[in-house]
Amino acid sequence: MLRASLRQVSAALKEGRVTPTELCQQCLSLIKGTKFLNAYITIAEETALKQAEASEERYKRGQPLGVLDGIPIAVKDNFNTAGIETTCASNMLRGYISPYNATVVQKLLDQGAVLLGKTNLDEFAMGSGSTDGVFGPVRNPWSYSRQYKEKSVPKSHSEDKESNWVITGGSSGGSAAAVSSFTCFAALGSDTGGSTRNPAAHCGVVGLKPTYGLISRHGLIPLVNSMDVPGILTRCVDDAAVVLGSLAGHDPKDSTTIQDNFKPFELPNLTDVSKLSIGIPKEYHVPGLSGEILALWSKAADLFQNAGAKVVEVTLPHTRYSIVCYHVLCTAEVASNMARFDGLEYGHRSDMNESTESMYAATRREGFNDVVRGRILSGSYFLLKQNYEKYFVKAQKVRRLIANDFVKVFRSGVDVLLTPTTLSDAAPYKEFIKEDNRTRSAQNDILTQAANMAGLPAINVPTALSERGLPVGLQFIGRSFQEQQLLTVAKWFEKQVQFPMIQLEEVKGHDRDVFQHKKSASFS
Amino acid sequence: MAAMAARACGGAWRRGWQHGRGVPGPALSPFPRGQRAVACNARVEAVPAGKSGLAPWVPVVGLEIHAQISSNSKLFSGSQVQFAAPPNSLVSFFDASLPGTLPVLNRRCVEAAVMTGLALKCSINKKSLFDRKHYFYADLPAGYQITQQRVPIAVNGSLSYSLCIDSKMSQMVTKTVRIKQIQLEQDSGKSLHDDTRSQTLVDLNRAGVGLMEVVMEPDMCCGEEAAAAVRELQLILQTLGSSQAVMAEGQLRVDANVSVHHPGEPYGVRTEVKNINSIRFLAKAVDYEIQRQIEELENGGTILNETRAFDSKLGCTVPMRDKEGKQDYRFMPEPNLPPLILYDAKSLPANMNQQQVINIDWIHERLPDLPSVKREKLVEQYGILPEHSFALLNEDGLAEFYENVVKQTRMKPKRVIGWVLNNLLSYLKQHSLTVKESPVSSFLLADLLNLLEKKEISSTAAKQVLAELWKGEGKTPLEIVKEQKLQLLQDQKELEQICQAVIDRQENEVMAIKAGNLKVLNKLIGLVQRETQGRSNPVLVKQLLEKKLEVATREKPHK
Repeated sequence: MLRASLRQVSAALKEGRVTPTELCQQCLSLIKGTKFLNAYITIAEETALKQAEASEERYKRGQPLGVLDGIPIAVKDNFNTAGIETTCASNMLRGYISPYNATVVQKLLDQGAVLLGKTNLDEFAMGSGSTDGVFGPVRNPWSYSRQYKEKSVPKSHSEDKESNWVITGGSSGGSAAAVSSFTCFAALGSDTGGSTRNPAAHCGVVGLKPTYGLISRHGLIPLVNSMDVPGILTRCVDDAAVVLGSLAGHDPKDSTTIQDNFKPFELPNLTDVSKLSIGIPKEYHVPGLSGEILALWSKAADLFQNAGAKVVEVTLPHTRYSIVCYHVLCTAEVASNMARFDGLEYGHRSDMNESTESMYAATRREGFNDVVRGRILSGSYFLLKQNYEKYFVKAQKVRRLIANDFVKVFRSGVDVLLTPTTLSDAAPYKEFIKEDNRTRSAQNDILTQAANMAGLPAINVPTALSERGLPVGLQFIGRSFQEQQLLTVAKWFEKQVQFPMIQLEEVKGHDRDVFQHKKSASFS
Repeated sequence: MAAMAARACGGAWRRGWQHGRGVPGPALSPFPRGQRAVACNARVEAVPAGKSGLAPWVPVVGLEIHAQISSNSKLFSGSQVQFAAPPNSLVSFFDASLPGTLPVLNRRCVEAAVMTGLALKCSINKKSLFDRKHYFYADLPAGYQITQQRVPIAVNGSLSYSLCIDSKMSQMVTKTVRIKQIQLEQDSGKSLHDDTRSQTLVDLNRAGVGLMEVVMEPDMCCGEEAAAAVRELQLILQTLGSSQAVMAEGQLRVDANVSVHHPGEPYGVRTEVKNINSIRFLAKAVDYEIQRQIEELENGGTILNETRAFDSKLGCTVPMRDKEGKQDYRFMPEPNLPPLILYDAKSLPANMNQQQVINIDWIHERLPDLPSVKREKLVEQYGILPEHSFALLNEDGLAEFYENVVKQTRMKPKRVIGWVLNNLLSYLKQHSLTVKESPVSSFLLADLLNLLEKKEISSTAAKQVLAELWKGEGKTPLEIVKEQKLQLLQDQKELEQICQAVIDRQENEVMAIKAGNLKVLNKLIGLVQRETQGRSNPVLVKQLLEKKLEVATREKPHK
């Protein structure tokens, strides 16, 4: 049952084939069984079981709250949850219990979802590996899959099996791992430069970053306010549409959400793609893109073309400036957003009490890791009066140009852009940490962050397994607020590629279903 | 204003030149801008240059005024706004900067700023922006203040204010100060430093309350001008209701930028004077600072670009502990607030929900009469002097009180004003009462003045009645008049008898009058008044005495 899609399990709940409590218990036990993945920071067992009970009551009365009633979900630990710790994987907020729910969390709970726990991330979502949080790195469930094990032979005998595990990507790695390892049916991530799509690609799940302004950020602890969007991680595109439908819409508490009414939609089964125009932005053919992924990308383009769609090469000429521009804007906002963590109102406070200033300094030194402190330092530099025009204003101008690139392409008739999500499949942890966080982020965000700069919706669709037996995904970028079109195309593509189900061995005992081999890897 | 305008402009620093052949300069006149410095200078030229023998000093004063917006809730959160509530009882999650909270702009605060901008003849920006201003301070929980640094809501306005140039309040001049801009911003919390236990307590009740920062150009040149300008602004804000503007409660906070220079030379280094908590102290602080700077420079010193605090006990300014040298506020656009878009009748989209938009023209049409207009109307309608109109508007509710009395009495408004200003107002001031708290209502005063007007009592008696009315015992003027027998003697025979008795007793005076010294007649009138305990009509008494003495005094011809 746990490997079912959200919609399938929802149907099962409705038909009484499984109860919310059973489902919740199974998930909780699987979470415990997969603890080595380090996907969760906090497991909210008690409240989850209570929520499941309440849901069960509603089903008994025949009055479930909707598709999400009784569905176990997980939430990235940078969304505020009333009564449940919200840490941002930082010493600064270790032990912090928020008095309120983020709007998205509240919406999920209001629709009966069962919140299993809070998922791991890079500290304050700054990273692309989910390796830089105070609670340790998240391990990619595919590290323990039969697919990976069969194909990755240790190079030498000295390297034991254990050290070959690969990263999840990030920063929403905990959420991606949770969905991928079947411990929940959907998870919330956040996406500022690719933090939902990148781990989704590495963990073989669907990762949707909706249009900026479609979903409330109220209660999401910000990284970059002007780019942050709550992300959705699910096992299939249909499920993403369901969760999107339950979250989208204006929030009076977030002035950047659009006023227009949002109508939840069901995705049609597209049969005819001949009216579609798929753009292939040539700038996404970047140095460092693995041959394997390049080939997959091109194969995907062919797939559309062969099905009758129009596939055109397009140009987004300012793409190459995107990453430096992103760096300036991101660090500037980070410097500003992190200013509130001074140890006075909440969070960590140093014992240093010589003066208020020394207390601030010690609190922030002890509370933040090097990555956060480094970004604060750069951001503060870019915002200095003497540098503001040179860096921040210039970066904003470039951002506008990048956004305009997309506008032009979509105006030319292209419906959806098709690009790779990541440069390669997931790196082994020991390889990944050789580079510093900044370099890694610059490399890994390169294909994803332009969509954040432009505020556009984008989705990772798991596409195939790499030669090493690890998931590889492709990204579709859509027009602003055209999620329905984007997801419809993604769903068609998902159906064509028949991405294989993960075959987890280590947790065999917990759920037999998990290992039922799905025999369709035709697209690899 | 009476108190603060008592001293002529420039009085304070003229002392600095008293060792020379100083005589007070000619009166100020409302010179147009640009000539203003010269205008001050023209006056100053009558006094000698300082010891240095150079040209005289010209002071330059600009103001930054923070007015707390009168609104139920804060600028970006739903917390209540209330003065003197228990510490930290009005703090929302946003006010405490809990992570993940976002600002939501309060419509009322925007409307208040638009009203204020229109009243100060500003152009209202249809698109304004919010920025973050960063600095670390315990009472600023987010580590930044949301303000409007790049594009404020209103710019390029002006404020006309008047001040008296002599101690009798009979000569007034009108001046204008340019308003550079009005910006919306958040107030900070309050830090209470407990030095003995070396700890700081923070109260966030005020954190996030909406402020309008009004920036006045350096168009003023003395404390009195600054004080008069702020007083006028205060009246305007109170008239609009956009701020209660009570300085003692911190709803109006004034920082003064002061410098001095020689005419024709660039502005001098300026200091910023803070911690001024009344209009009277503003005049004192500015004048002290001008004087201090002149003395410093005359003695060969230099002025530091620093922040100074006004010490009201010592009456001087002292350098403030500098927080940490020069601050770089690292301004950045506030990413959580879209640009603030305002509309006018032309740009208003047809299908827009009226609740979602602010229409500048709509607000403009509904602006109440501003103090200057009200004064003009009072002068025009009632024939009172301009300075009377200032006095009426200076006290909350006094103009309405006056108008009510006028409506209810047959006495000419010109006469009523004397009763209201000289009797009512001075009594209220003596007893520190507001007009609302007056024990004598406009109705009672009108009643009293009617008795006077109908010649039922003399004005001496009227004052006696008023003295009785202050006791607030609920008696009507007529009751008091009857009780104390204060009615004018209506019985001509009785009055004639009294007059005769006075004549009989005052032989010397009668002789003097008959010899042609008619002034002595007044003494006899006074004696009759005394005899009747003020209940006789002086005009009638005069006629009777004249008749009896067979003298005809002519009314003095008019001038």
